[in-house]
Amino acid sequence: MTILRATDIGISFGGVKAVDGVSFSVSSGQILSIIGPNGAGKTTLFNIVSGIYAASRGTIHLADEDVTGLSPHKLAARGLSRTFQNLQIFQRMTACENVMVGRHLREKCSLLPALFRTPSVTRQNRETRTAALDLLAYVGLKDVANVPAGSLPYGACKRLEIARALAAEPRVLLLDEPAAGCNAVETEEIDHLIRQVADRGVAVVLVEHDMKLVMKISDRILVLERGRPLAEGTPREVRDDPKVLEAYLGQHGAREAARA
Amino acid sequence: MGARLNQRFMILAILAVVIAVLPFLFPSSYYFRVASLVWVSALAAIGLNILMGQAGQVSLGHAAFFGIGAYAVAIGPTHLGIPPWAALLIGAALSAVLAYLVGRPILRLKGHYLAIATLGLGVLVALVISTESRWTGGPDGMPVERLTLFGWRVSGSYTWYWVTGALLLVGTWIALNLDETPTGRAFRALHDSEVAAQVVGVDVARFKLQAFVIAAVYASIAGSALAFMNGFINPDQAGFLHSVELVTIVVLGGLGSVVGSIIGAAVLVTLPQALTIFAEYEHLLLGLIIIVSMIFMRNGIVPSLSGLLLRRARS
Amino acid sequence: MAEFLQFLISGLTVGAVYALVAMGFTLIYNASGVVNFAQGEFVMLGGMVTVFVSAAGVPLPLAAVIAVVAAVVIGLLLHRLAIEPARGASAVTLIIITIGASILLRGIAAIVFDKQFHKLPGFTGEAPIDILGAAVQPQSFWVLGGTAVVVVALYVFLEHTLLGKAVLATAANRLAARLVGINTTTIMALAFGGSAAIGAIAGILVTPITLTNYDVGTLLALKGFAAAMLGGMGNPLGAVVGGLLLGLLEAFGAGYLSSTYKDAFAFLVILIVLFAAPQGLFGRRAVERV
Repeated sequence: MTILRATDIGISFGGVKAVDGVSFSVSSGQILSIIGPNGAGKTTLFNIVSGIYAASRGTIHLADEDVTGLSPHKLAARGLSRTFQNLQIFQRMTACENVMVGRHLREKCSLLPALFRTPSVTRQNRETRTAALDLLAYVGLKDVANVPAGSLPYGACKRLEIARALAAEPRVLLLDEPAAGCNAVETEEIDHLIRQVADRGVAVVLVEHDMKLVMKISDRILVLERGRPLAEGTPREVRDDPKVLEAYLGQHGAREAARA
Repeated sequence: MGARLNQRFMILAILAVVIAVLPFLFPSSYYFRVASLVWVSALAAIGLNILMGQAGQVSLGHAAFFGIGAYAVAIGPTHLGIPPWAALLIGAALSAVLAYLVGRPILRLKGHYLAIATLGLGVLVALVISTESRWTGGPDGMPVERLTLFGWRVSGSYTWYWVTGALLLVGTWIALNLDETPTGRAFRALHDSEVAAQVVGVDVARFKLQAFVIAAVYASIAGSALAFMNGFINPDQAGFLHSVELVTIVVLGGLGSVVGSIIGAAVLVTLPQALTIFAEYEHLLLGLIIIVSMIFMRNGIVPSLSGLLLRRARS
Repeated sequence: MAEFLQFLISGLTVGAVYALVAMGFTLIYNASGVVNFAQGEFVMLGGMVTVFVSAAGVPLPLAAVIAVVAAVVIGLLLHRLAIEPARGASAVTLIIITIGASILLRGIAAIVFDKQFHKLPGFTGEAPIDILGAAVQPQSFWVLGGTAVVVVALYVFLEHTLLGKAVLATAANRLAARLVGINTTTIMALAFGGSAAIGAIAGILVTPITLTNYDVGTLLALKGFAAAMLGGMGNPLGAVVGGLLLGLLEAFGAGYLSSTYKDAFAFLVILIVLFAAPQGLFGRRAVERV
């Protein structure tokens, strides 16, 4: 069942068409990867889908509801979560608190009970903390739960963002270069994590440069070049597409992809 | 989490002990007045700290709300016949409403734009207070009727020391409560990364506004207390210089630290009293304190000191 | 008609002062990203130093030169002692530092000088000139003329000298400027010194009309800032236009609407500009990259 559908998305920045006529759809439990050279508009596309930028044309549907132009927090309320290419963790909060914020939508948040710390607030806090610790364990970060997120190593921060994104129990998860800067071992762990998440029924959309990872876990791949769609299909189809080979993978990339 | 609970309790306990014990060290009523001034300034600073330290916004016009609280309890009883305690509540309500109405557009701004907008707001309020002399007594100020509660006339520096101390304890308790709540986390999250907070479901605009209103109410109540205590107020209480003092207290103590706000107030209120004989040097000293502390103790007293202690403990 | 003309000229005169303050802001903002609250104090120093030095027996023109030099020295000290050490601090911290500096300078002025109002004699006499029924002080022409000279000089400096181009380069992209060998610290010091000079000149020009006292700096800084915002923060032409517009707004507002709330107009302008169009008349909207 198609849970996220983007149709004919376009946006310009001062005359430059960063995204021009891109469409895609994802179903629950499916993994869609968006690849392309730098500047292809991948992160811009993500920013549009997650409500940070407003597209100049096109529509986005979440479970058949038109959510075009909704602000990020409203999209989050409708089950959309994302991580960031440039890491946007809450540096001064602990790892556990980062994930607890992720559960914000699952919490009751009224001001007066918070100011006076009623028993229900304390109880809810305990529940949120437990859920957060579970998620941290899931991504392998339970030991650093009380460490300020700003002092965690890069790979840990990447996993922390994923844990935070999962805390809201989303239907759709957008991952922006989750394996960037990770070594082979870390990438393997991320690969494993993403597959587990998809197996739970979450629709995953991935932006990545690591071709091995992409070819290995994706159900479908969308290739972008200079803001326009270049090819779309299964990993095998995309790998063999001559347009893609010429524009992006090149000879070496094709060999890499074949090895995956 | 048990550790956090202990920390909260410790802070409140130590504060209560300090408030209870200090009178034994005071040789005259003058000291009680200064201490009351510290408690009042600390209360306003704690509120501002929620806005600046937690939610990461800035307000260079915060004395406006302090002034509204002060003038509410002056104008209400004198010109409108409202009982003083009701005037205090009305002042707080007025501040909350103004913060709510103005906060919506103002908090869409960031960085120095927000700083200047709040500054402009503060100056406008002070200007209105200073100009409408029929109501406010103009630049020379006006007297304030004493507070009476259930027939008891609250007056005297000794009494006000305890009243303001109690207010500070309650204010501190509330601010500390926020820490482990969704609201408190939302504030700190939007401070660290507004976009990530939004994406995770935090309605950033709503929470910024909440922080702003909370800070306004704190300042208003503090202003009302000062007005009752002194029996007199003037437009300087709402002025730009006072706003700068409040911001300095918060930053000096350490952004985000409730204890820091109290210590900052203690330093900024008592230091000029201790070091200067002539009131003329007050400006000079304030300016120097601001510059020096912003350059050398950018994070504030409490974070700098605790960082120092942590490093000592490790080595 | 006479009344209209009166407001027009007084508005332009005071607007010229705002324009000069705004230009000072813009120069420093462009070179260092700092919003300098002490800008108004330079104007105050220009007037006050001239008054006190000439009262000590020094001929007026020399006293004025000494005042400008004094302001420049203080501007350089401000940069060296308060801004340089705080490099890397957040925008808000820097604003607070400059506010602290302005309070400090005001405190020193109150002690070194006094708290009274002081006046300078008009450069070409005090007798008002009649223009179509409006009584115009000859000093107004000095103010307008002086401002025009400063604006042209600044324009020539920025656009037609190598040093000026270095300032523009630093404003556009500080890192890139350093990479091509521009000493940005020197540029910033230059900006502070230049702003101080411009402010002091404004103070000397306008003191015969508006008088001066240790406290005039704050309100001037705020209004100058309003003018800079109105024109577009960082745009020198915008600063001039913004200043003149603000002066006119104030004069006509005070004349036709409410004279008691004359000072409020500037702050209303700040708020309206910030809400409606933060980029001002000539600025560009910035897009944030995530």
